[in-house]
Amino acid sequence: MTAATSSQCVDDGTPLSHPSAMLLVNGVNKRFGGLQALSDVGMDIRRGEIYGLIGPNGAGKTTFFNVITGLYTPDSGSFVLDGQPYEPTAVHTVAQAGIARTFQNIRLFGEMTALENVMVGRHVRTRSGVWGAVLKTRAERNEEAGIRQRSLELLDYVGIGRYANFQARTLSYGDQRRLEIARALATDPKLLALDEPAAGMNATEKLSLRSLLEHIRDDGKTILLIEHDVKLVMGLCNRVTVLDYGRQIAQGEPAKVQRDPAVIEAYLGASHD
Amino acid sequence: MKTLFPQLAHRPRAAYAATAILAIALAVLPLIVGLAGNAWVRMLDFALLYVMLALGLNIVVGYAGLLDLGYVAFYAVGAYMYALLASPHLMENFEWIAQLFPDGLHSSIWMVVPLGAALAATFGVLLGAPTLRLRGDYLAIVTLGFGEIIRIFLNNLNAPLNITNGPQGISNIDPVRIAGVNFARPIEIAGFELQSVQLYYYLFLILAIGVIVVSIRLQDSRIGRAWVAIREDETAAKAMGINTRNVKLLAFAMGASFGGISGAMFSAFQGFVSPESFVLMESIVIVAMVVLGGMGNVPGVILGAVLLYAIPETLRFIAKPIQEAIFGTEVVAPEALRMLLFGLAMVVIMLYRPAGLWPAAVHGRALVPADQSGSGDAHATRPGGGETR
Repeated sequence: MTAATSSQCVDDGTPLSHPSAMLLVNGVNKRFGGLQALSDVGMDIRRGEIYGLIGPNGAGKTTFFNVITGLYTPDSGSFVLDGQPYEPTAVHTVAQAGIARTFQNIRLFGEMTALENVMVGRHVRTRSGVWGAVLKTRAERNEEAGIRQRSLELLDYVGIGRYANFQARTLSYGDQRRLEIARALATDPKLLALDEPAAGMNATEKLSLRSLLEHIRDDGKTILLIEHDVKLVMGLCNRVTVLDYGRQIAQGEPAKVQRDPAVIEAYLGASHD
Repeated sequence: MKTLFPQLAHRPRAAYAATAILAIALAVLPLIVGLAGNAWVRMLDFALLYVMLALGLNIVVGYAGLLDLGYVAFYAVGAYMYALLASPHLMENFEWIAQLFPDGLHSSIWMVVPLGAALAATFGVLLGAPTLRLRGDYLAIVTLGFGEIIRIFLNNLNAPLNITNGPQGISNIDPVRIAGVNFARPIEIAGFELQSVQLYYYLFLILAIGVIVVSIRLQDSRIGRAWVAIREDETAAKAMGINTRNVKLLAFAMGASFGGISGAMFSAFQGFVSPESFVLMESIVIVAMVVLGGMGNVPGVILGAVLLYAIPETLRFIAKPIQEAIFGTEVVAPEALRMLLFGLAMVVIMLYRPAGLWPAAVHGRALVPADQSGSGDAHATRPGGGETR
């Protein structure tokens, strides 16, 4: 499968079993009826980088995203997350394994406050149950205090600490995006997967989102970014993969990929005639 | 104290005083109401049972957002469990049980309350397991069916083995006994006579307070947040690593256990149970209590339970005299009037207070961030202008 992958993409020469790989994906196939949505897609996302996944509409970006986050079961493919074999079978085990996601169409817990939203993100890293809550055991109280503390820190971190007690649905669009990122960060992810975080943002909001993502990367997180906005991806990502009709047509550093004739033809060419 | 009076959180002494006043009021209430007659105290007792039921359903409907129209089934499970374990019925019908318990089948309340909770919780899981993928209307239909199945079972399990005695129901159920005090008889304390209904009032009050404490503590916990997250957006909750299957089953089990406890108490209080007490209408009334009171908000649900129980009961006393005074004769029977008022209340509440009479407080809904003025940076946009979906 490795051979097949490298034969169709412009790799930057790194072997796929790079020791610093955070997520290693090999030979993912997914078919919906007569449509081959993903054919033999593979990538290695390295520790501490922002990895971009771009492609025109219907290229299979979201399908790939749903495969690695457990929403779809791939027909074939292997995954290694942080050196451990990783099976994205059930959605709720994905966060446990260390991949946290945001949604293209923001999915917050609208009636809950911003703080509570982030506190929900801590669920997977905490363990109190009904008895702890009912008896208010010391362990439960300590854990609750820890959850609250960490969640407030994360709200400050993404820059919306002052809205901690506001209902999530009353926040502005850009702040809702930030809240979603804070909630995902609360799960202590190894890989933060963002599905079109800049969708619907204006230029100023995009700029501040970009600096936030850079900030998160500089703090050591690995980010997988699916994005429509080529300019944002090219400026932000360390490396990118370009998908078209479910195939990888290019892979590597943005500057190189941008010059790739296949990419220009399939995607950039279409929009930069 | 803090959770009881959130608006007094920053004034602990006032909160303690308010709690003390409330406690005294609740303690004296049955004594004062008792002056008007035992029937009125009896109504208080039932109101407390409904408070427990509504709070149990609130966990399923209010917290986890799972519309359950068969909740009365758990009430029935608790009631019949106590009825079977504390009445001569089983001994009369099964020789071997009579031999096993030569002194008759009597069960201590200390055993019955946890057992009733556990048994009802088991039934909660039984109902929850096949309905995990259902939401909203579809879930409501299945749960409604479940409630009816339980009632029909109780109605028909008198042949070939007579387990529930069918439509005749089970009678001669033991009253509650605690430390030798028989709750069915009045007792004298310091020359003051406490009636049976008053004794039950205090017992139910203690249980209801327990249920309230559990509800409030669960609400502000990891599990409670997971329930609300599922209610708000199940897909996102899953993506956050919440095992929605287990957490939903937990909601069904917890909610059902409250119903089981109050069912057992109902059985002991009445001394008689029959399937007629567990009809669909009861389930609907309990849902109405939760919805009209304020889904997910404990004080609101308590208010809803008390109001929806008290209004029709009061109607029973006053509807006839009022109608006779106005029209000279009884035009509408109190029972019909009750349904009329229920329907009217539903419509009015849904129109004017869709979140219920006493909705959950949103912390800081009216807050303005301290540094609102300096909104120079891009992400400091004002909340409230966020309808740009």
